[in-house]
Amino acid sequence: MTSSKQALADPASSAEAASGSQPGAARGARGRGTPAQGPDSWRSRFYRWDMKASPYVFIAPFFIIFGAFSLIPLLYTAWYSLHNVQLSALDHQTWAGLDNYRNLLSSDFFWNALKNTFTIGVLATVPQLMAALWLAHLLNYHLRGSTVWRVVMLTPYATSVAAATLVFTLLYSWDGGMVNWFLDFFGIDAINWRESDVGSQFAVSSIVIWRWTGYNALIYLAAMQAIPSDLYESAAIDGANRWQQFLHVTVPQLRPTILFTVVVSTIGATQLFGEPLLFGGVSGSKGGSEHQYQTLGLYMYDQGWIIGNLGKASAIAWSMFLILLIVAVINLLLTRRLRKSQ
Amino acid sequence: MTTSELTLPQTQGKKVRTRRVMGAGKQLHAGPVTYVVLTVFALVSLAPLVWTAIAASRTDRRLAETPPPLWFGGNLFKNLEAAWDQAGLGTAMLNSTIVAGTITISTVLFSTLAGFAFAKLRFRFSGFLLLLTIGTMMIPPQLAVVPLYLWMSDFGWSNQLQTVILPTLVTAFGTFFMRQYLVQALPSELIEAARVDGASSLRVVWHVVFPAARPAMAVLGLLTFVFAWNDFLWPIIALNQQNPTVQVALNSLGTGYVPDQAVIMAGALLGTLPLLIAFILFGKQIVGGIMQGAIKG
Repeated sequence: MTSSKQALADPASSAEAASGSQPGAARGARGRGTPAQGPDSWRSRFYRWDMKASPYVFIAPFFIIFGAFSLIPLLYTAWYSLHNVQLSALDHQTWAGLDNYRNLLSSDFFWNALKNTFTIGVLATVPQLMAALWLAHLLNYHLRGSTVWRVVMLTPYATSVAAATLVFTLLYSWDGGMVNWFLDFFGIDAINWRESDVGSQFAVSSIVIWRWTGYNALIYLAAMQAIPSDLYESAAIDGANRWQQFLHVTVPQLRPTILFTVVVSTIGATQLFGEPLLFGGVSGSKGGSEHQYQTLGLYMYDQGWIIGNLGKASAIAWSMFLILLIVAVINLLLTRRLRKSQ
Repeated sequence: MTTSELTLPQTQGKKVRTRRVMGAGKQLHAGPVTYVVLTVFALVSLAPLVWTAIAASRTDRRLAETPPPLWFGGNLFKNLEAAWDQAGLGTAMLNSTIVAGTITISTVLFSTLAGFAFAKLRFRFSGFLLLLTIGTMMIPPQLAVVPLYLWMSDFGWSNQLQTVILPTLVTAFGTFFMRQYLVQALPSELIEAARVDGASSLRVVWHVVFPAARPAMAVLGLLTFVFAWNDFLWPIIALNQQNPTVQVALNSLGTGYVPDQAVIMAGALLGTLPLLIAFILFGKQIVGGIMQGAIKG
């Protein structure tokens, strides 16, 4: 997160240099770089033009792609959300005003999806980040074959949503699944992971946890290795044991990184789509027979491409965006408060 | 395991300590408990993958027996073949390779150019534009899919691979990643020197920037390939069963009405195999890349 500060510091100087960039100013600023020919030769003119234009040429692809495939569609999604757009009759778009949004707010399925997104998000994010923190702490010890451990912990990241979910669906089978068989050893009755409310949400969350814990652990590990060793030394001199050092040195030092992963995981959780879709099998887009794990992402897909109401799907997309903005604002306020309290 | 080990670095010179800050510094040796817990984590990470291979080698249509199969059966190749045929994995693999390959090459190239501009070149609004670039990472892809779907249909590009490729030709993450790397890895003096020789920007990029950026380009390429190969939301909307990527094909395998679960597992195994091989070969670089992206991000 320091990078944004650097980013702010850099341009301050570059803006000054650029503001005076009349013809020749750039040359004056970097006089050494001027070719030997006279000021009006084609070469020096090309050189000046090259200096000025090339940065914009280099960043242009990103902004063109972003504009064409993110920014303009984002605005069009807002436009479509105010229209009645049916997949079966794309040419007959009629103005609907706020009907799609009114429709959403009065729909039980929308509130159900919102609630599910929240609970699955919490179930997936909180244990995931805590396990990642613990794992990073362990990986930070001097280990034999440290690289091998890291690669092994990251392998789930290489598995796609589709492959991982198919495997976990089978592991969670009610009848003869590995998980229920394992629970049986401890005398726990078989759980119907697909049909029960909490069970199915836990199952979906566990796929997310499995895939992303190692990834987050590496991010924490990187931040842990940047903590100056003096802090641990003085803590040890003060008589802090390992656990106390972890609690009073590591965790506070990691606070910016933890906040960063919380934000990223929250964004990921808000968009959760593939795991519940595949976990549901044939009734996937409904999020289970009773919609017990239908997330907002899934609800949008169901309304847009299964039922065929693209106007409503657009309204759902914008609701997700608004929710993310609210999360971002809450996060900003929390960060400020944390900083003040320090 | 005692805290007295902590004081060891104090006896070493300060130089040593500053060098250690980024690397393997202040490390205590792991005790047996650490290894046990790590082994449990490792088993949880690997077991589902190993079990996929086991399940893919069985004959059972439903695999529903107690206890579940814990060792390989003799049916692996038959199931792999069945999955290959049923899900059309041949086409899907080819499609995924084209999609992920194109996205990777273009993302690495354009991200390096943009990253270089943000790291080393001075131009008006560069700071604002960089913040804008980072800010775009907050926008969820769901916000674009409805218009993109409608436009691609209008273009007659439904089910065509370019539909999936175009929106991710360059990413904000890639641009930021390369920028963070080049700020430190590319000495400004090198660019100045090339400029003194009258080199044009393209020559500077070719002879100075690309060589300096090569390690980061390799890492970004691997990360991008993993992301593109595993992408799910947009491909499943944009492509149908006639022209799927691997992930779309796997989805169709999982939603069949008469599922042969051994075959499904064989499909999951095949779909993951290319990335697992990449992980065995380049795991160290991928790990390094994620950690590098994290520490500077």
